[in-house]
Amino acid sequence: MASSNSLMDNLFQRSLEDLIKGLRLGESFFLSKSLEDIRREIKSTDLSTKSIALQKLTYLAALHGVDMSWAAFHAVEVVSSSRFSDKRIGYHAITQSFNDQTPVLLLITNQLRKDLNSSNEHEVSLALECLSRIGTDDLARDLTSEVFTLLGSSKALVKKKAIGVVLRVFDKYHDAVKVCFKRLVENLESSDPQILSAVVGVFCELTTKDPRSYLPLAPEFYKILVDSRNNWDLIKVLKIFAKLALVEPRLAKKVADPICELMRRTVGKSLLFECIRTVVSSLSDQETALKLAVAKIREFLVDDDRNLKYLGLHALSIVAPKHLWAVLENKEAVVKALSDEDPNVKLEALHLLMSMVNEDNVSEISRILMNYAIKSDPLFCNEIIASILLACSRNSYEIIVDFDWYLSLLGEMARIPHCQRGQEIGHQLIDIGTRVKDARLELVRVSRALLIDPALLGNQFLHPILSAAAWASGEFVEFSKTPYEIAEALLQPRTSLLAPSVRAIYIHSTFKVLVFSLGVYFSAQEPTSSPLFEESASSGSSPVNGITYKSISSLVNIIELGLCSLSGTLDVEVQERAKNVLGFIGMIKHKIAEKVTTQESETEASRAVAFMEDVFSEELGPVTSTAQEKVPLPHGLELKESLEDLQEICGEFLKPVVDSNSNSNSFSSSENISFSVAKLRISDQEEASSSSSSHPPESASLLAEHRKRHGLYYLSSQKSDDHNDSNGDNNNTLNEYPPANEISADSFNNKKKRNQSKPRPVVVKLDEGDELKTKPNVSSNDEPLSLAIQTALMGKGKEKEREKYNHERDLDSRIKGRSSGRENKTKKKNGEKSTLHSTKPMVEKTTLSPLHMGLAALASMSRLLPPGQESLGEPSLEQKGKPMWS
Amino acid sequence: MIRFILLQNRQGKTRLAKYYVPLEESEKHKVEYEVHRLVVNRDAKFTNFVEFRTHKVIYRRYAGLFFSVCVDITDNELAYLESIHLFVEILDHFFSNVCELDLVFNFHKVYLILDEFILAGELQETSKRAIIERMSELEKLQ
Repeated sequence: MASSNSLMDNLFQRSLEDLIKGLRLGESFFLSKSLEDIRREIKSTDLSTKSIALQKLTYLAALHGVDMSWAAFHAVEVVSSSRFSDKRIGYHAITQSFNDQTPVLLLITNQLRKDLNSSNEHEVSLALECLSRIGTDDLARDLTSEVFTLLGSSKALVKKKAIGVVLRVFDKYHDAVKVCFKRLVENLESSDPQILSAVVGVFCELTTKDPRSYLPLAPEFYKILVDSRNNWDLIKVLKIFAKLALVEPRLAKKVADPICELMRRTVGKSLLFECIRTVVSSLSDQETALKLAVAKIREFLVDDDRNLKYLGLHALSIVAPKHLWAVLENKEAVVKALSDEDPNVKLEALHLLMSMVNEDNVSEISRILMNYAIKSDPLFCNEIIASILLACSRNSYEIIVDFDWYLSLLGEMARIPHCQRGQEIGHQLIDIGTRVKDARLELVRVSRALLIDPALLGNQFLHPILSAAAWASGEFVEFSKTPYEIAEALLQPRTSLLAPSVRAIYIHSTFKVLVFSLGVYFSAQEPTSSPLFEESASSGSSPVNGITYKSISSLVNIIELGLCSLSGTLDVEVQERAKNVLGFIGMIKHKIAEKVTTQESETEASRAVAFMEDVFSEELGPVTSTAQEKVPLPHGLELKESLEDLQEICGEFLKPVVDSNSNSNSFSSSENISFSVAKLRISDQEEASSSSSSHPPESASLLAEHRKRHGLYYLSSQKSDDHNDSNGDNNNTLNEYPPANEISADSFNNKKKRNQSKPRPVVVKLDEGDELKTKPNVSSNDEPLSLAIQTALMGKGKEKEREKYNHERDLDSRIKGRSSGRENKTKKKNGEKSTLHSTKPMVEKTTLSPLHMGLAALASMSRLLPPGQESLGEPSLEQKGKPMWS
Repeated sequence: MIRFILLQNRQGKTRLAKYYVPLEESEKHKVEYEVHRLVVNRDAKFTNFVEFRTHKVIYRRYAGLFFSVCVDITDNELAYLESIHLFVEILDHFFSNVCELDLVFNFHKVYLILDEFILAGELQETSKRAIIERMSELEKLQ
C-alpha cells in the first residue's frame, strides 16, 4: 500500500509539474516518456506495480486520449488480483477501454462469474458495473443465471445494481427475459425506494422501445404513480404512461386525474414539466388535464428562468398540431420570445410560429417575422427567412392566396442586409413565374425594383435572386411598362460584379427585351408620327405600344454600347451571348430607320424579328420530377429485355425503329424549339447573319448516324434512366443550334426540376447520418426482445412448461381461462414480425388479451373507479377493445 | 437514458468522460470537441440545453468547469439539470470544497462516485447521503 501510494504520488507530482511546464514546453515530451515507463512497468511480475502502471495508463487514456487497447490483456490480469484496490483499477481500465471487438474479452467471463458470486458485495458491484458497460451477447448469455441470483440478493446495493444491469442483459440476450423478468416485475412492488427507483428506470427504458408489451403492467405503474413521493420515480412512471397511453387510449382517462393532482401539488419543476409533457403528448384529448397543462405552460412562458421559458415553448410546439388554440392563447409570449437573447429560445419560438401558419395568418406572421429578421443577428435572420420560405412554398405554395403579396415579400427579403438565402428566393421567383400566370405582372414589377438597385449587385449572396429577376424580366417582358428601363438596368456598369453565368442571363434577357421592343415597333400598324413629337419616349414613361423610332434607336444604342465591351470578354458564355445580340443588332439596325420612311408593314426586318419573337414565345412551364414516367410507353417497346442479340437477328432492319422510338421519348419542348429554329433557318438564309445555321442538319445527321450505329445503347439508356438523361440529350442537341439562346431558359428549367425533386430526400439523409452509432443496434434488437417479453408476460404454454422459473405467477392469477397451446404455434409462425402481428392472434382465441387483463385489474382497484361512471367490466372491454386489434 | 457524461474545462480539456454507449475512440474525441464548442460560448443566462446531433446535451457550468450530460431527446431536461447539481454537491462534499485539481488528481475516485451515481446510463442513486456513505466504505478498503 505504502509503495503504491508513493508511486501514485510520484505520478501525480510529475503530472502537476508537467501541467505547469506544459504551458511553455508542451506536454508531448512528458507524455511519451511516461508512456515508455508504463509500457515497462506494466510487464512487471509484481501485481501492484502492474496495477499502478495500468492506472496511470487509464488516466492518460481518459484525459489525454492515449490509446490503451494494447493493454487489454494486462487489465484482465490485474482484475484477477485478490486485492480489492487492484481489482478496482483493473475493472476501471476494462470499462474504459473494452469494446465488442476486444480480443481478450472471452478471458474475463470466468473472472466476472467469480466476482459476481463473491461474498464481498463491493466486488460484486464492481463486476456488475463492468458488465453493464461491456456486456456482449456472449457475456450476457453466460452470466444470466448469476444476474438472476443477484436479483434476489438480500443486499440492497447488489440488488439495485443487478436491476440496472438487467437492461443491458435483456438487450443483448433476449432469452434472459424468461429467466429474470418475474423477479424484475416483483421489484415493482418493493418497499425499498432505491430498488423501486432502479426498477422503474429499467422499465422506463424498456417501455420506450416497445410500449405494447408492457401494457399488462399498467396496474403496477399506476400504483407507483399514485403512491410514490419520489420525483425521479414519478418522472419515469409518467414517461411510461406517456408511451402506454398512445397504444391504449383508454389508459389516458385513467391517469389523467392523478397527473392533474400531481400538477397541482408538486413544487418540483422537473416533475411539473414531465406532467405537462405527458399531457400534451399523450393525453391531449383529456380536456381538463390539457387545460391545466396549458395554464402551467403559461406560467413557464412568463417565468424569468430561460430554461422554463424554453421548455414552455417546447411543450407548446408538441401540442400545436392538435390544439392550436393553446398556441394562439400564448401568442404574445411566443412573439416576445423571438427577441430573446438565447438562440435556443428564439429558434423554438420561430418553429412554434411557423407551426401555426395557415392561409389566413400567413401575411401577419410573416410581417412579424420580417421585422424580427431585420433586427436579428445574421444566423437567426437567415433562420427566419428560411422558415418563411419553407412554410410558404410547402405543397406548391398551398397557403399562399395572394401571390402579389408573396412576391413583394420575396423582394423585401432580398433587401434584408444579412440575407444569405438567395438561392432559394431566386428559385421561388422563377417557380412562381412559371406556375402562376396571374402573378407575372407583379413578378416583373418586383424584378424591376431589384434590378434597378445598383446596391444589390455588390452582395454576392443575392446574385441568384438577381439572376432570377433578370430572367423573369426578360421572359415576361410583355408585362413590363418600361422595357427601356429594364434594358438599362440589365446593362448598368455594376453588372461587372456578377459571375459570368449570371451575366450571361442578364445579356440574354436584354436580348429578349430588345426583340420584344422591336416586335412592338415593327408591328405597329401605322407608322408612328414623326419621332420629333415623342419627346418623352426615351424616358420610358410612354406605354409599351407607343414605342417610337427615337426610343427604339436609343434602346439599340445603349445595348450596343453596353455589350460591345463584352464581345472580347474571356468567358465564352458571356462573349457568345453578347455577340449574338450584337450580331442581331447589326443586322436589324439600318432597317429601323427604314421603317419610318417606307411604311411597308412586311419587311425583311419585321419578319426576322417575328421569328426571334417566335423563338422566345414558347412558354416554359414547370416540369414535375415524375414527368418522364408519364410519357406513355411506345407500343411494342420492350424495356425489360436484353437486346444484345437483337442486332444479329434483325440486322439493319432494326435501326430505324430504334431511332423513331427514342425521338418520341424525348420532350415535346425540344420539338417545338427545333421547329421554330428550323423556320428561322429557312427564312434567314438571305440574311446570312448566323453563319452556323448549317449546323442543325449536320449535327442532326451526325446524331442520327450515331444513333444508328449505337442504337441499342440509346434505347437502353433512355428507357431506364429518368428525364435527367434524356434532358441532357436535349441539351446536347440544342447546343448546336444557332441562337444558343434557349439553353439559358432550359437550364433554368433543369435547375428547377432538380430543386423540386430533391429537398425532401436531403433532409432525411441528414438525420440518418448524424445519429450516434449505437442507435441502429438498439432498434434492430427491439423486436425479438419485445417478443421475449410478451412471452414472459403472458406465460406461454410450452415455453412456460419448459422453463423452470414460473415467473408469472402473480399475473397468471389474474389471467383465467386462457388457452395457450395454439398461441405458441402462431408465435413461432410469425417469427420476427412486428409486435402487432404477434399479439393479434391472441384476441381471436383467448377470452382476454393481456391488455384487457391489465385494464381489468386496473379497473378492479375499487378506488380507481370514479363514482357513477360505467364500470370497466370485462365484456364491455372486450367489445371496445376489438377494433384496436383488428 | 444517458449517452455520456463529460467534464471539461473552459479550454476544452476533458477532466472526466464516461460513455454509456460504445463509441470509437476517434468518435469520442470528435464528440468531446463538439460538445465543448457547443457549450463554451454560451452566455450564463442562456438555457442549459443544447441540441447535439440527434440527442441533447444538458450542461451546467461551475466556475471554469462544464458538466455536460448527453441524453435522449425525450428525457427530462430539468431532472438531469438537477442531477448534475446533485453530482457536484456530492463531489463538493467528498472533496470538501472541490476544485478542478481535485478532479485531476483523484480521477479514479471521481469515477467511483460516478459509478455509484449512474449505472448503465440510468441514474441509480439520488440520495447524496447514501453515496457519501458508500464512498467512505470504499475508501476504507483502499
